[in-house]
Amino acid sequence: MRERQVSQRARRAREFEAFVAGAAGRLLLAATLLTAEAPDANPRARRLLTLALGHTYARWHRLRGEDPYDCARQYLAVRFARTIWHRPGLLRRERPVPRGPLAALSPQERLVLVLRMYEGVAEEQAAALLGLPVERVHTVCDRATSLVLHPVLPTGPHAVNAKVAPS
Amino acid sequence: MNRAEREAAVRRVMADQPVPVPPELYPEAVRRGERLLRRGRLVRRVMWLLVCVAIVGFGVWAAYAQPWVEPPSQTTPPVNGW
Repeated sequence: MRERQVSQRARRAREFEAFVAGAAGRLLLAATLLTAEAPDANPRARRLLTLALGHTYARWHRLRGEDPYDCARQYLAVRFARTIWHRPGLLRRERPVPRGPLAALSPQERLVLVLRMYEGVAEEQAAALLGLPVERVHTVCDRATSLVLHPVLPTGPHAVNAKVAPS
Repeated sequence: MNRAEREAAVRRVMADQPVPVPPELYPEAVRRGERLLRRGRLVRRVMWLLVCVAIVGFGVWAAYAQPWVEPPSQTTPPVNGW
């Protein structure tokens, strides 16, 4: 029994290390985009990713064929969504100046854009994950896309542009 | 600019900054994961212990109180309101 536990643990450590080596860079970039921090000064993103990886590690043997990357990404997104919705005032005070390419967006727009465009999650899946209607995800994603591509112009005309643009 | 082009442009904007992965990330994640596992084991153990205690306690109480036996009637019920 004890031996089996030890070997199971060693196997988990080995597999998990390989997984982190392969996935950490991509996930950390996603987390940094979410928190809108600079690439070289991203304590919130690192913390978020550490929590997500810790969760994945604890679930490693119960994944049952589920993709560990999916598990970590889901935890990351849900955790970030919770921090937006539960303590918006607190976070806004903590965060000095948002940086990075998505700095102009609201946290929810960043979350939707990162899930849809960077991670390539399907609209329905992203909507289910965030508990939003699919149309809302679609709209937020369009608005965020145009905001990123044309950051200087004011918001008003952009929402209209996004609607008019051929799809 | 059609939808596909815009999406490709946004992907390029998002992916163009390399983020260095700090070396302490992996051990920290393992530490947290181990802690979660330990906590889960502890919670499960405490739950089992509580269940066992409840079963034994119920058994002992039932053996003493024997709630399935009808208590012998020793007095007639009190009659009030005459």
